[in-house]
Amino acid sequence: MKKILIVDDEPNIVISLEFLMKKEGFEVAVAADGDEALSRAAAFSPDLILLDVMMPKKSGFEVCEALRADPAQAALKIVMLTAKGRDTEVARGLAIGADAYVTKPFSTKDLVVRVKELLGLA
Amino acid sequence: MKAKARFLIAVVVLGLLMTGPFIVTSFLVWVDMKEGERLMLTELLLSRLPLGTTMTLFGFTIGCFVLHKLFKQYVEGLLGMGEQLRLMLGANRNFRVKQEGPPEVQQLAQAANDLAAQRDALMSDVEAQIAEAKASVEEEKNRLAALMSELAQAVVVCNLDGRILLYNNRAKLQFKALSQGPTSVAGGALIGLGRSIFSILEKNQIEHSREVIRQRLAAGKTPIANFITTARGGQLLRIQMVPVLAAAGEEGQEAAMSGYVLTVENITRSLEEESRRDQALHDLTEGSRAALGSIRAAVANLIDYPDMDVELRERFVKVVDDEASRMSRKLDQTMHDFADSMKSRWPLEDVLAIDIVAAAQRRIEDRLHLPTKTEEIDDTLWIKADSFSLVFALVFLASRLQDHYAPRELRFRIINDGKLAYLDLIWAGPAMSSETFYTWEGESLQAHGETSSLTLREVIDRHGGEIWYQREKAAHRAFFRFVLPVATPTAELPEERRSTGRPEYYDFDLFNFEDQTIDLDRKLSELVYTVFDTETTGLEPSNGDEIIQIGAARIVNNRLLKQETFNQLVDPERPLRPESIPIHGITEDMVRGQPNIDIVLPAFHAFCEDTVLIAHNAAFDMRFLQLKEERTGIRFTQPVLDTLLLSAVIHPNQESHKLDVILERLGIVIDARHNALEDAIATGEVFLKMVPLLEEKGIVTIRQALEAAEKTYFARVKY
Repeated sequence: MKKILIVDDEPNIVISLEFLMKKEGFEVAVAADGDEALSRAAAFSPDLILLDVMMPKKSGFEVCEALRADPAQAALKIVMLTAKGRDTEVARGLAIGADAYVTKPFSTKDLVVRVKELLGLA
Repeated sequence: MKAKARFLIAVVVLGLLMTGPFIVTSFLVWVDMKEGERLMLTELLLSRLPLGTTMTLFGFTIGCFVLHKLFKQYVEGLLGMGEQLRLMLGANRNFRVKQEGPPEVQQLAQAANDLAAQRDALMSDVEAQIAEAKASVEEEKNRLAALMSELAQAVVVCNLDGRILLYNNRAKLQFKALSQGPTSVAGGALIGLGRSIFSILEKNQIEHSREVIRQRLAAGKTPIANFITTARGGQLLRIQMVPVLAAAGEEGQEAAMSGYVLTVENITRSLEEESRRDQALHDLTEGSRAALGSIRAAVANLIDYPDMDVELRERFVKVVDDEASRMSRKLDQTMHDFADSMKSRWPLEDVLAIDIVAAAQRRIEDRLHLPTKTEEIDDTLWIKADSFSLVFALVFLASRLQDHYAPRELRFRIINDGKLAYLDLIWAGPAMSSETFYTWEGESLQAHGETSSLTLREVIDRHGGEIWYQREKAAHRAFFRFVLPVATPTAELPEERRSTGRPEYYDFDLFNFEDQTIDLDRKLSELVYTVFDTETTGLEPSNGDEIIQIGAARIVNNRLLKQETFNQLVDPERPLRPESIPIHGITEDMVRGQPNIDIVLPAFHAFCEDTVLIAHNAAFDMRFLQLKEERTGIRFTQPVLDTLLLSAVIHPNQESHKLDVILERLGIVIDARHNALEDAIATGEVFLKMVPLLEEKGIVTIRQALEAAEKTYFARVKY
């Protein structure tokens, strides 16, 4: 079973994502900020991470950079979720190594399709 | 031949006439005589020789005396009269030849005076007509000036060299408020007719706007260009440029630009409100995304999985309820903030990315002394930016890099990626940690003494841009990438062609002025001058006498500008000499508390920049200035003209060249004298009268004037 780590400080979106991903048959873990995300990523070793950009402690960009700098996480897929919809920010996310960039609000169906594609399940 | 030489020849001829015939006759008789006769004659002559010689000498002396008298009365008298006639012809029409000397000379003088009277009658008739025509032109100019002075906007008109031809009061106030440092002494000398606009505004930006206008003209669009610039003290100015077009010669030919009009608006004060508005809008859009995202996901789950258990269903419904009310509150708050803030937008202007880079390079090299280079540069890429804060951000990063990693050089790169522009600041060196970069991102911008209230992050947000740090591992170097939105020029329809007629109110000769860096072969009538005078504690600069006042005015385009003056008392930091107080009328009370020469001299130096100096008896004033060179580091290297010497060039046979005497001789009436500014203005009037007189003598260029002045007798008297 593929493992997904959900990182967001907003419980209201986490609850939906967690429910959705479990229904789609993934094993799910949750982290509420950047620091927790890094420790969870190490312990849980997910296949894919849904990463919010705007978070306390460490931003999603920082987490992404840290993960990409870690050779142990080379196979990890990173999907960035953000409330900022600017082209410039998307460009930044992709430049520092995110695999996909999804802007809130998003369609849950599209998100599932995207996740499955990245994990080679589609 | 000089009159003196002619007089000497006449004396010699007189001597020869009186002695020649006797000597020749004696010689012939001597040759003819026999030995006995010769002896007898010698004896006869030798005994009477003293008497003969005395008589001859007596006659010669009387002859010389008469000759001298005649010479004085006729030759020198006529020479003097000739000079007076020239005066009457040119500088001073009301001058009349003095009736003195022998009757024949007096008759000549009378006739000349009668002729002058006749000429005056004719000329006043012509002048009346000219005056009438001039008055109507003057009225038009005044109407324009009145119109401009009424404008609430600051307006400056310049020719293509950036020389100011016209400005209104608002512009003067605007720029005066910006002036700092020495130029604010004595009323701020930043703005003035004939001065360069580049001392106030960035030359590159002006040149760039001119190019924009040229292109728009060629494309048949409205010729207008805007830019935002920072003046001294970090003030933000929004400048709009429109061209002044010369009358088109041929039908259908492009109207050439002969100058431009700048309207200047200080937008610094509105910044804070604008940024608040920006923040509000930002909160509204981006703040809603998260809430909407939660709602959408929860609703999708509710719809997609209708058979979920009750507890879960309730949790999702609660999410929707929570987020919906949070969004409502946020909306209210944002609308409230929005209503408070300004209506106008944050001023992002279309700029060429390469201009931003060029400005940043110049600053980094000037301020940080760090070499810069460019790599891949897309020089056609336009971005939407506030050039000031963006350049500041680049300089800030450069300064941080210099402090932490001491790179040998910085490089810039501009890449066009469709809708986005990449502006990279590259350096070679070890990897930096992301933490460091995030710290810098949150710091207020500051570099080399300048600070901004904005952080790097805020500047980037304001541009709707992004910035990140990235490594080029292979090249062992790293870069900061600024991502900025590309400006897409709005398509505009070509307008109807403007009428190419000469604009009614623009009739200023200055439009034809070319650059005026001082060239010694330029005509005297074309140069820009600073006429000045100093008052001093005494006459001996090398003995501790000091300057107590400097007064100066400018001459531009053959006009003395009495509004653009420099008038400053100076604290000499030593007691005044009581005997000098009646001369200059300046008392101890007046000079105490005034700036000292260390402050005034740089201001005066700035006032005189790029001009030729003029003073009466300039050697005296220049000596005082030169004695301060070492202490203040200020040197006056421009050419200096002396009206005293020029007067001696024009009227070598007049005895006095004092300023008062020259004023009277040239028919100049001055209200007040003996204050430095008034004397400077009087000197200026004298100089303007002298220009045509010098031309009559074949002295046209400044080089010729300097050479002629050097040859006069007075030039040899040095202080």
